[in-house]
Amino acid sequence: MTNIERHTYDVVVIGAGGAGLRAAIEARLAGKKTAIISKSLFGKAHTVMAEGGAAAAMGNVNSKDNWQVHFRDTMRGGKFLNNFRMAELHAKEAPSRIWELETYGALFDRTKDGKISQRNFGGHEYPRLAHVGDRTGLELIRTLQQKIVSLQQEDFAEHGDYEARIRVFQECTITELFVEDGAVSGAFGYYRESGDFVLFESAAIVLATGGVGKSYKVTSNSWEYTGDGHALALRTGATLINMEFLQFHPTGMVWPPSVKGILVTESVRGDGGVLRNTEGKRFMFDYVPDVFRKQYAETEEEADRWYSDPDNNRRPPELLPRDEVARAINSEVKAGRGTKAGGVLLDIASRLPAEQIRKRLPSMYHQFKELADVDITAAPMEVGPTCHYVMGGIEVDADTTAAAVAGLFAAGEVSGGMHGSNRLGGNSLSDLLVFGKRAGEHAAAHAEKIGRRKPSAAAVEAAVDTALAPLARADAGENPYTLHHELQEIMGVLVGIIRRDGELRESITRLAELKERVKKVGVSGGRKYNPGWHLALDLRNMLVVSECTAKAALERTESRGGHTREDFPKMDPKWRKVNLVCSLDGEDVRLEHQPLPVMRPELQGLFEQTELAKYMTDEEL
Amino acid sequence: MGTKRHFRVWRGDDTGGSLEDFQVEVNEGEVVLDVIHRLQATQTPDLAVRWNCKAGKCGSCSMEINGKPRLGCMTRMSTFNETETVTVTPLRTFPVIRDLVTNVNFNYQKARELPAFAPPAGVAPGEYRMQQVDVERSQEFRKCIECFLCQNVCHVIRDHEENKHAFSGPRFFIRAAELDMHPLDARDDRKELAQAEQGLGYCNITKCCTEVCPEHIKITDNAIIPMKERVVDRRYDPVTWLGRKIFRRDQLDEQPVSASPKPAAAAADSGSNWHQEGPVPQEAPVGADGKLVVAELTLDRAAAGSPFGDDQVFPLPPEQLRYQHPSPPTGDGH
Ligand SMILES: Cc1cc2nc3c(=O)[nH]c(=O)nc-3n(C[C@H](O)[C@H](O)[C@H](O)COP(=O)(O)OP(=O)(O)OC[C@H]3O[C@@H](n4cnc5c(N)ncnc54)[C@H](O)[C@@H]3O)c2cc1C
Ligand code: SF4
Ligand code: SF4
Ligand code: FES
Repeated sequence: MTNIERHTYDVVVIGAGGAGLRAAIEARLAGKKTAIISKSLFGKAHTVMAEGGAAAAMGNVNSKDNWQVHFRDTMRGGKFLNNFRMAELHAKEAPSRIWELETYGALFDRTKDGKISQRNFGGHEYPRLAHVGDRTGLELIRTLQQKIVSLQQEDFAEHGDYEARIRVFQECTITELFVEDGAVSGAFGYYRESGDFVLFESAAIVLATGGVGKSYKVTSNSWEYTGDGHALALRTGATLINMEFLQFHPTGMVWPPSVKGILVTESVRGDGGVLRNTEGKRFMFDYVPDVFRKQYAETEEEADRWYSDPDNNRRPPELLPRDEVARAINSEVKAGRGTKAGGVLLDIASRLPAEQIRKRLPSMYHQFKELADVDITAAPMEVGPTCHYVMGGIEVDADTTAAAVAGLFAAGEVSGGMHGSNRLGGNSLSDLLVFGKRAGEHAAAHAEKIGRRKPSAAAVEAAVDTALAPLARADAGENPYTLHHELQEIMGVLVGIIRRDGELRESITRLAELKERVKKVGVSGGRKYNPGWHLALDLRNMLVVSECTAKAALERTESRGGHTREDFPKMDPKWRKVNLVCSLDGEDVRLEHQPLPVMRPELQGLFEQTELAKYMTDEEL
Repeated sequence: MGTKRHFRVWRGDDTGGSLEDFQVEVNEGEVVLDVIHRLQATQTPDLAVRWNCKAGKCGSCSMEINGKPRLGCMTRMSTFNETETVTVTPLRTFPVIRDLVTNVNFNYQKARELPAFAPPAGVAPGEYRMQQVDVERSQEFRKCIECFLCQNVCHVIRDHEENKHAFSGPRFFIRAAELDMHPLDARDDRKELAQAEQGLGYCNITKCCTEVCPEHIKITDNAIIPMKERVVDRRYDPVTWLGRKIFRRDQLDEQPVSASPKPAAAAADSGSNWHQEGPVPQEAPVGADGKLVVAELTLDRAAAGSPFGDDQVFPLPPEQLRYQHPSPPTGDGH
């Protein structure tokens, strides 16, 4: 029998990004013994890469801003497919969550009167993003990390042990969750460092594992984003919603090839950057859809005035929600007005003095200088769409973040519903904090009620066997890198930004073939820090999540937000009432239609009737 | 199609290892990390390397390239000659786990020993007011991506394992400076702490740390030197010194200079008066199969285990007490 390290915790949080850390803080503050588990080192989770900021209607820069306006923007951005209750809670609670960070030591950029400064971002009516230059994610994660350290110091003072009540298990990957009698009983995984196995016994598990972007080749996401949380939840019997909606960020780097996909923050446009095609035309004016016509400028002059006088002018179309901008760039490149590398030009150099650019966008300046040898204060950047964020995720209860399986909670990018069919920039970081806190709170309450649980020995043994299988096959099996490459190929080409019936069907067939091959994946080498083995184990998660996306994308015969069908280019009010729910039926993904919760009348009252008419069916109105 | 280049990569683990030679394809615009990834995909699937963001934002991919501490994802291949051999080795200051991956726990331990931000009393969340000019100094240090290249290069610990105990390193000097310069941090003894607890005195301002910092933080000029100067001011200016001494005395109870209580090692072996043998070591509990159930922590409660065992109920029946009152010193010395 294999040696397994065993731990017992009240609350186990899987994921050490913004959502996971915030959940862990809350669980620990509720007095629960809490474990934080992360695939990478502490403080390096994906959240560290977020640039632009965290959206919260604090009204520091424009006092007209309040939660109602934020709620409205979020619903519009998500094309009314959002879980309205999540959007409401998010808009109401985000300011408190941001202010709380200051008491943990965060240092946001300031306004003249000493408050937290806020910046403009696509889809937000007023300047709303709390930020620190263009490294807001770093500030957020470092602040939460340091808060956890400070809680550990309190525990040390009290108990003589830093890890008495909150412990971080870094470079530890969870491969299996256990469910017995319909409720969660533990989690199983391995230490990357040693390859040793570890078992966490717990009745309350919070999934905060982030997204799925590694199934795509051109992506702003890191190796961590293999959809582990999505897949783990599915395998325990929980459900996923909205998996057809993937956000392609309009501005990723396109040159040189090795950095293709790396993000160019939206703040470049928020601070005045404009998009041009190779003919020098500022093309976004041609792509303002009807539903947004009223809020966006029609001439360059009006758009330019907006930066200094937002009250009397409409905003520039470069700041349309991401799905619109990404599609526009895609069309320009297709029409032959793109650069050789397949992008368009993003120009800030001619719009701001060099000094200002370096000050406001330091890490973009740095990134282009070091990686592409381009000085953005002198030359335009070459940009194109990149796979960025998954709106879909685990179906949760809005107030408690509880998933369909007792004891399972989810927060952050891995959960679904909050952002509907498209996420507004900046709404993720605030989402992490708002729902991370709620997840921690309710997981702690659940642990209080249930006490502790233990998975059965047989289940643990099965998990060990699954984990060791690729090593046993060694070189005789399929190469994990090749399989990964093929998966990225399928998803990028057949389930990409613009989708078609035939291609989606083909993708489903090819994913099924790939699934059989993934079962035979083999790796050489030992268990100690063996990246080939790690990838081999991640593959099955990526595959099941990709299957969800492909099937849901085929089913939804309309275009909305992060899902564009060439054969159904219009938004269809009938589809607005439907969520596609994925669950696991044996090994295959089952898809079901489920009605959306109906918005309360007072929230509906926040919109003009004419606007609602663009989204809703006649009988709903 | 790219050109073939010669790479030498250190492979091995804590038991030893060596440089291995590879011929590998390199394309235009690639960075060293891309080449390492190509090696993984084509020649050595189990080559261990850390990375996350591939954009110089997470500080995971620290390694030594041709002997220089660098981020693998920010070192462009075009900075080398076509014919030049590129040698990649793990960080030297930290113990190797495998190949290019080292154990950087030292840094997380030092982070814990540094007292956290102390929120100002009586200022509610949302009421924090600070001017941009005042936060900017600390913001420079908060750019740190914790790549630990500065820790790796610092000669105080690079080849001196024995100094690691007393020396926190440049990464944590800037953290101390950051808190010292934070407009609202409630502690006023950050500099003294840096001297007393972090080993700031070991630093002789060689500036190697500043040189390697990928975030271009002016570690020495903006953090270490100001911290040292003011510590010197306070320690040797007789008036300030006296003033602080007096101030400290009457505040001593509420405001101990030492932030975190020191590990209890010293207390444990001081004068035991128990006059009896310690408890007999207990046999490890075995499972039904007669083997060890491997468990590190099987406690059923929050917080650290009780030193008396978690199944002990207090008060103990007096006949079970193992305590004897110490007899007065007999005078035959120690
Ligand atoms: C380049 C970039 C820029 C962005 N900019 C912005 C922005 O400006 N504003 C904004 O609001 N949003 C932004 N986003 C989106 C936002 O950063 C992410 O959606 C968010 O950080 C996700 O946080 P999270 O807490 O859900 O997960 P993450 O921070 O991704 O953390 C996931 C954690 O789960 C762990 N994990 C995963 N699987 C396992 C497993 N099997 N076992 C154990 N641990 C596991 C990982 O190690 C990691 O610790 C950006 C994203 C990118 C990529
Ligand atoms: S300046 Fe000080 S901290 Fe920096 S490398 Fe030199 S000795 Fe180390
Ligand atoms: S100070 Fe610079 S070199 Fe040191 S850890 Fe931070 S970013 Fe890295
Ligand atoms: S991979 Fe993040 S800094 Fe290099």
